[in-house]
Formats: sequence, C-alpha cells, structure tokens
Amino acid sequence: MKPVHDMGVAELAAALKTRALSSREAVQALLDRIATHDRALGAFLHVDAEGALVRAAAADAALAAGNGGALTGVPLAHKDIYVTADMPTTAGSKMLDGYRSPFDATVVARLNTAGTVSLGKLNCDEFAMGSANENSAWFPAHNPWDVGRVPGGSSGGSAVAVAARLVPGVTGTDTGGSIRQPASFTGITGIKPTYGVCSRYGMIAFASSLDQAGPMARSAEDCALLLSAMSGFDERDATSVQQPPQDFHAQMLAAREGASAGRPLAGLRIGLPREFFPAGLSADVNAAVRAGLAELEKLGATLVDVSLPRTELAIPVYYIIAPAEASSNLSRFDGVKFGHRAAQYDDLLDMYKKTRAEGFGTEVKRRIMIGTYVLSHGYYDAYYLQAQKLRRMIADDFQQCFTQCDLIAGPVAPTVAWKQGEGKDDPTQAYLADIFTLPGSLAGLPGMSVPVGAGEGGMPVGLQLIANYFKEGQLLHAAHALQQATDWHQRAPAGI
Amino acid sequence: MTSKLIRGYEVVIGLENHVQLSTQSKIFSGSSTAFGAAPNTQASPVDLALPGTLPVLNRAAVERAIRFGLAVGAKVAPLSIFARKNYFYPDLPKGYQISQFEIPVVQGGAVEFFVGDVRHKVNLTRAHLEEDAGKSLHEDYHGQSGIDLNRAGTPLLEIVSEPDMRSGAEAAEYAKTLHALVMWLGICDGNMQEGSFRCDVNVSVRKPGEPFGTRREIKNLNSFRYLVDAVNYEVNWQIDEIEDGRKIQQATVLYNPDTGETRAMRSKEDSADYRYFPDPDLPPLVIAPEWVERVKGEMPELPAVMAARFESADGLPAYDATMMTQSLATARYYEAAKAAGATPKLVANWVMGEISKRLNASGGEIDAAPVGPELLARLIARIADGTISNNAAKQVFEALWSGEAGDVDAVIEAKGLKQVSDTGAIEAILDEVLAANPKSVDEYRAGKDKAFNALVGQAMKATKGKANPALVNELLKKKLG
Repeated sequence: MKPVHDMGVAELAAALKTRALSSREAVQALLDRIATHDRALGAFLHVDAEGALVRAAAADAALAAGNGGALTGVPLAHKDIYVTADMPTTAGSKMLDGYRSPFDATVVARLNTAGTVSLGKLNCDEFAMGSANENSAWFPAHNPWDVGRVPGGSSGGSAVAVAARLVPGVTGTDTGGSIRQPASFTGITGIKPTYGVCSRYGMIAFASSLDQAGPMARSAEDCALLLSAMSGFDERDATSVQQPPQDFHAQMLAAREGASAGRPLAGLRIGLPREFFPAGLSADVNAAVRAGLAELEKLGATLVDVSLPRTELAIPVYYIIAPAEASSNLSRFDGVKFGHRAAQYDDLLDMYKKTRAEGFGTEVKRRIMIGTYVLSHGYYDAYYLQAQKLRRMIADDFQQCFTQCDLIAGPVAPTVAWKQGEGKDDPTQAYLADIFTLPGSLAGLPGMSVPVGAGEGGMPVGLQLIANYFKEGQLLHAAHALQQATDWHQRAPAGI
Repeated sequence: MTSKLIRGYEVVIGLENHVQLSTQSKIFSGSSTAFGAAPNTQASPVDLALPGTLPVLNRAAVERAIRFGLAVGAKVAPLSIFARKNYFYPDLPKGYQISQFEIPVVQGGAVEFFVGDVRHKVNLTRAHLEEDAGKSLHEDYHGQSGIDLNRAGTPLLEIVSEPDMRSGAEAAEYAKTLHALVMWLGICDGNMQEGSFRCDVNVSVRKPGEPFGTRREIKNLNSFRYLVDAVNYEVNWQIDEIEDGRKIQQATVLYNPDTGETRAMRSKEDSADYRYFPDPDLPPLVIAPEWVERVKGEMPELPAVMAARFESADGLPAYDATMMTQSLATARYYEAAKAAGATPKLVANWVMGEISKRLNASGGEIDAAPVGPELLARLIARIADGTISNNAAKQVFEALWSGEAGDVDAVIEAKGLKQVSDTGAIEAILDEVLAANPKSVDEYRAGKDKAFNALVGQAMKATKGKANPALVNELLKKKLG
C-alpha cells in the first residue's frame, strides 16, 4: 500500500472502507507529516491533534459497525475563514485572536456529518483579502514547490496543505479567485461552484455577493466527492439555491452522448476568450495552457474562438463591489461584542478607532477605506451603481459565449507564483493579476483550476475551466477526462 | 383643507411611526420577540452578529406589512429591496441596520380620521420593513454602559406620512387612528409604554403661500398627549426663532415631558452618511399576487368599510359610525349590543357618552367594561319601552358600572325608578297642576310656549320625576287642547 500522504480522498476513502487502513492510522501519519514539514510551510494556523484522533477513532468505530459513508474517516482541514465550534477561528486576523465560535459553519458541519476528520485550521489572507497569503496576520504560507515563492491566496494555506501532501483535501473559499489561483500556483485541483451551491453560513463574510465555498484537492474526482458532501440548500443562507442534493461524482463519471473510450469529450465545445490570451500573458503560462488545451482536443473537444469584451473592466468592477461589501461586513468587528478590543481608550469613538486600527491589517484597512468611499453620499451612483451595471453586462457576455460553447477555458493567472515579498508595495499591480478569475466570480459562474504544466522555475500552471450556471458536473467531467490522460495532478513537489 | 394659523404661521407636520410587528420571532432570526426577558437571553448568534451569521427574512413580518398596505389602499410592491444602513453604535451589533431604502414594500396609501366632526385625510409616502436595534443601558453599570440585544432584530414597519397635517391635534388624531388601525389589523400590540408604537414628528412653519420651512424632527414620542404638547411647544419655538430673525436649522430634537420643552440632539451637519446599499445577503423581496390575495382573504373587515356599513345599514351619522369603529373592541361591543336588540343610535350614544367617559377616567378597555353589551341592551330596552326615563337610566347605569348591582330590572325596582306611565294617574296629577297654576294656563293660551314647559315641570315635580315625560306632554296638550 502507498504511504498515506500519497493517497487522495477517493483512494483513502476506499482503503478506509475495506479496513485496509484505519482512520487513526491515516490521521496519525498526516499529523506526523504536519509536525515535520509545516514549520517551513506555514499551512496550518491551528492543529488539533488530540481532537482529530478522537474523531478518527469514532470514524473507525462507525466503519467497523458498517455505518460508514462515502467520506467516513477521511482526514482534511478547513480554511480559517470557516467558523468551527471545536477549534479557534481567526480569519487570518488579529481581530479574532482567541475567538471561538459557538457553532460550525454549514459546510464544516456537513463534512463532519459525512464523517471527515478535521486536523486543523488553515492559513489564509486576512478576511480572505489577498492573492499571496502574505496578508495573514500570523505568518505567510510558503509554496512547497519553492518555499521562496507565494502559494497564492487567499486560500494559500489550503493549497499548500494539499500540494505538500499534508492532507488529501481541504476547504477553500473563492471571492475573486481565492480557490482557483492558489490551486494553479501549487499544482492542485480546485473548484468554485456556482454562487449559491454551497451555504455561506459560517463563512466569515468578505464580499457577500461573491463569496463561495469550494473544495481543493489533488484531482477532479476528489473535488467531486468533497463538493457533493459540502453543497446543498441551507435555510440559514437566503442566497443558497433551493435544489436537491447533487452527486457530483456521478455527474463527473456520466459519459457524454457520442463519446467513445479514446474520445470522452467528443462534441464538447470549449470557448477560448481572446481577452484571456493577451499579449502580456507570460510565455510559460501560455505554453502550458495551450498544451492542456491540445490534450482536451485530443480527447475529442473542439476549441472555439469567443470573446469576453469586458474582461479588463472586471478589475475595477470587482475592486468597487468587493470592498464596498467588505466595508460593511467588517463593521461588526468593533470591539463591543467579541474579538479584539483596545486595552486603553478615552471614549466610545476612541475605542472604535484604536480597536480597528490595532485589529486590522493594511490590506483590510485599504479595502474598508475604498469600500467606504465608493458607498459615500455623492459617489454611490458614480461607482457602486455603475459597477453593478457593468457586472450585469459581464454576466451577459458570458451568456453570449455559452451560445457558442459549453465550457470556457484560459489561464487562471497571467504568471506562475511569484517570489515572496514581490508586489507588496504596489497593491494595484497585484489586483491586475486577478484579471482572469474576476469575470467568472462577478458572473457567479462555476470555475476550476486544473494543473496542466510547469512554467518558469518548474512552478505549476493551472488551466481555468468555466461552465455555465449549475454545470459543475460538466466542468468536473472535462477535468477528470484530462486527468485520466495526463499526470500533472499526480506530481508532487520535491523534497517533501 | 383650510388650516388655522398660529401667530400668522401655517404649521406643517409629517409623521414617521415605528410599529413593532407582532411576530413570534425576529425579522431575520428565530429568536423570540417577547418583551421583558432578562438582558441578552433572546439574542441568538444572528442577533449578536457573530462572525459567519446571515439574516433570513421572516415571512410573517412581510405578511403583516402586506396587511397594512391593503388596509390603507397602498401599492404592495411586487419587488422590494432590503438595504444596509451603516453606522457604528454599540447596540447595533452588525454595524448596520437592515432596512428598506429605495424600494419599500408598501408604497402610497392614505389614512382618514375625524378631528372633532371634520373629516381629514393624510396621504402616506411609504411603509417599509426594518429591524430594531438593541438597547444601551446607561444606569447601574458602575460607570460603564450595558448592552441588551433582546430587542435587536425585532421587526418594525416604519410608516411615513406626507406633510399633510396642520396642527398638533391633527397629528395626534392621525397617530391615534394609525395606532388603532395596526391593532385592528392584528399586526401590532399597540403597547406604547413598551415601545411597540413610536412616533417621530417632523414640524415646520411657514407663512401662508410660502414654500415649506425647514423642519425639525421630534424623536420617539410615546404618548399622544406628549405629541400634542411637543408640537405646540416646537411650533412656538420655531415662530419665536423666525420672529427674532433667526433661521431654523434642520435638526433632530427630543421632547422632555418634565419641562415640556424640545431640545436639539444633533444638527444636520453632524448627521452620518449611512452609505445605504442593497444588502447582498438578502435577495429582493418578491411578493406574488397570490400572496396578496391570500392575505386579503384573511383580513378583518376594515374600520372604514365597517363604518360605511353602520351608516347605511344602521342609519348612524358618519361621526357616530367612525366613533363605533375606533377599535375592533368598540365595534364588537356596538355590534353585540345591537344584536341583543338595542337601537343602534342609542347604543352609539351610550358608547360615546357614559361609557367612553368612564373608560377615559379609569383607563380601562371597552372589552372589559363592567357593563357589557347585553346588559347595555337591556338597559336601553327599558328606556325604549318607557319603564324608565333617560335620567333614571343614568342612575341604573351607574349602579351597574360600579358593581352595586348586576341586573337592570332589579336596580329599577330597588331604587324605585320606574316611571309612571299610567294614563289615569298622570291625568289626575295634571288636573291638580292645572288647577293650581291658572296663571300659566292663561299665559299658554295667550301663546307663550314657555308656560307649557313650566306646567310639565310642575307635573314632573309632583311625581318626583317619575312620570313618563312623553306621556305628560301628550296628555297635557290634550287637556289644554
């Protein structure tokens, strides 16, 4: 049998089910691995070894009694943006140092119910604001392919934990690319489902109209298993979609009409928006993405030229809407009820000012200021309202594309993971790097990152696939077919 | 509408009423809305705005808003939007209040009422759903402030009128009518002491024909009497300012019932920029026509409709009909007395007269009145059949109300109030009266009507007021014929 850390979610679940391996053994092996490697990687903000072993023992008992489900006993970990009752939750911020939620996020609760065993909480950019995990108030996470480079963000710790084989699967959240971009930077697979497929209850809000939960793992198959357990209507989230539970694994496996063994994607039209392949796109990324597309063609897909004319506008639109919502969402962190409160203050206003000045980091403050500004009297119409109109038009552009194709493909990010510390001085430069993930987020569409090659310095490159609303099955099907034909998703960084 | 001028100025008043909707649970969480629980025992993670929590709209609150919209003839918006009103305050847990801003659930409508016997109509701008804040407790915390979030998230309907009122009395009458209406509809318990019905009053003055003056808003009035007093004080204050050559600054003011004065809390310059924007946690509120129809089917008969019915079917004057529909309890009392056989107009007279006089004095409610509708009907029947006079009826009523007795006929018997309706007996008395007052008889015959009344008075005196006055009149006329 393979070492535990080389097994993915599906493999582990199978081994646990046949009792070839116990959950306690699996959990202990990964805890050991975390203890050995995570000091250098910074993936975890909190490891709950004791609790994990207790939960693993319970999972083993359930498996022994024949009461196991699809994921019983499978170890995983959660982005620290999800509140958890049995572990601290900080959202990567000093503001929530020592905070303990009285309840579990719905996504966490569902994965618990499915029998998964949480090992701990994963590093992320403060309140999910960032694309390098350098905005964590605690410490940065490091890319296991090159610890001098960033893992991407905001689900940076999540990506690192999977890429470094510390856990087979994790939860992430994606507001403007926070699952897809770190997945691309670390050579793993991640999916952001359609807005509303996963409950946001218990996900600490950054930008409510954009935030969406999703799994990150090594393969599309592992993501499909996790997403099936995480998703579904939740009466505590008014934006969650009322639809019956989905079996994304079955949807992933379902053969296309007209498909054959060698051509599983026969008849699938993949649109390539020309705006996703601009002159400035790094050559290494372009090459890897083209290679991935060529694989898809070999599998029977046809490539179609399409256009998303407002791609560039997605950046200003996103950086108005997301900060606007964030500025309001973060108002509750005022030192009154929970979280950090300044030790010394003169009066109420002084308490607010000091608490928030001390508790929030630079990027969070920057976005609160931008958001406050664009919602201010006299600016609302010029910024927020215009941005909302453009958002609608960007979504319409996608619908126009989907009349010509079934999926949309392109790079996830214009470059491979950059070196730690780069771009810290120029936030707008970092915002530009989100250009390919923002349009899909604004439209609320499901998107994936699938590893398709290596670029500069051997760093992984992800292919982004975007489907129409609620077509996660189609997305996973194409990604799975690609992963059946290639092994990029099985490659592991050296030295770990 | 003609309006009385005060010191040469026209008064312009508009109201904003915060009506606490009588739902079991809060507008965006499952916590109870019951009043008076120990602090923070009715605050769930959602009410505390704990990280990760989200609001989910309580449809029972929407249903009550629809009821109100239908009752005032407003448009119930097929689509309305919840927005966030952002400001920092310790008893506002999220740092924003969820309210409706650009597109409210109820649009337009009107409320009608009487001031004296003059009918008034006040148009409504809108009514929107929102959540209440918690309470800051500034006493008894050793120099610190306590926060009670039991009230946070309680559903409110904020009803905004047009500036259609021209006096404090009109404003108070409007507020009373609105208060009665929301209780009638069963959407609010109307308890003003507990803050279930709160009034903010916008007041300005202007010379007739001029554009609106600058308004000041008197916040949180919780009694109709204070409303009148506060408006009167404020109007005179504003006129004084203008007469002294000063300009009115837009401001929010508080009324102090102890001093009878209003005082500015904050001026417009200090007012916050609330940065309203649509709440991304809540999809637009869609109200399908079927929902409105269903609510319509469950509505009680509206006071205006009922009043019209009392006018046409019972022959009540418009004023009486409106008075009989001041509250659902009053209407039920009136209808019950009528059903027990009493003449409608007489029931209305008693309700508007003796009953309301006593209820006002005691602060009681008509549905708990010591003289119930059936008892009143029996009393009225004894007037109608001539057993007792109106004056005697008042004595009977007093005995019944005070609890001295429980039966109409027993009181009449015990107090000897039965009137003499025996024709022979009255004729005998009249003969005596005529014989004893020849001067009056002569005067009457000479055309002096007053003399007739004097003779009736003598007859009543002779019977110690027990003679049936109608019979006395009739027989006397015949004798003098």
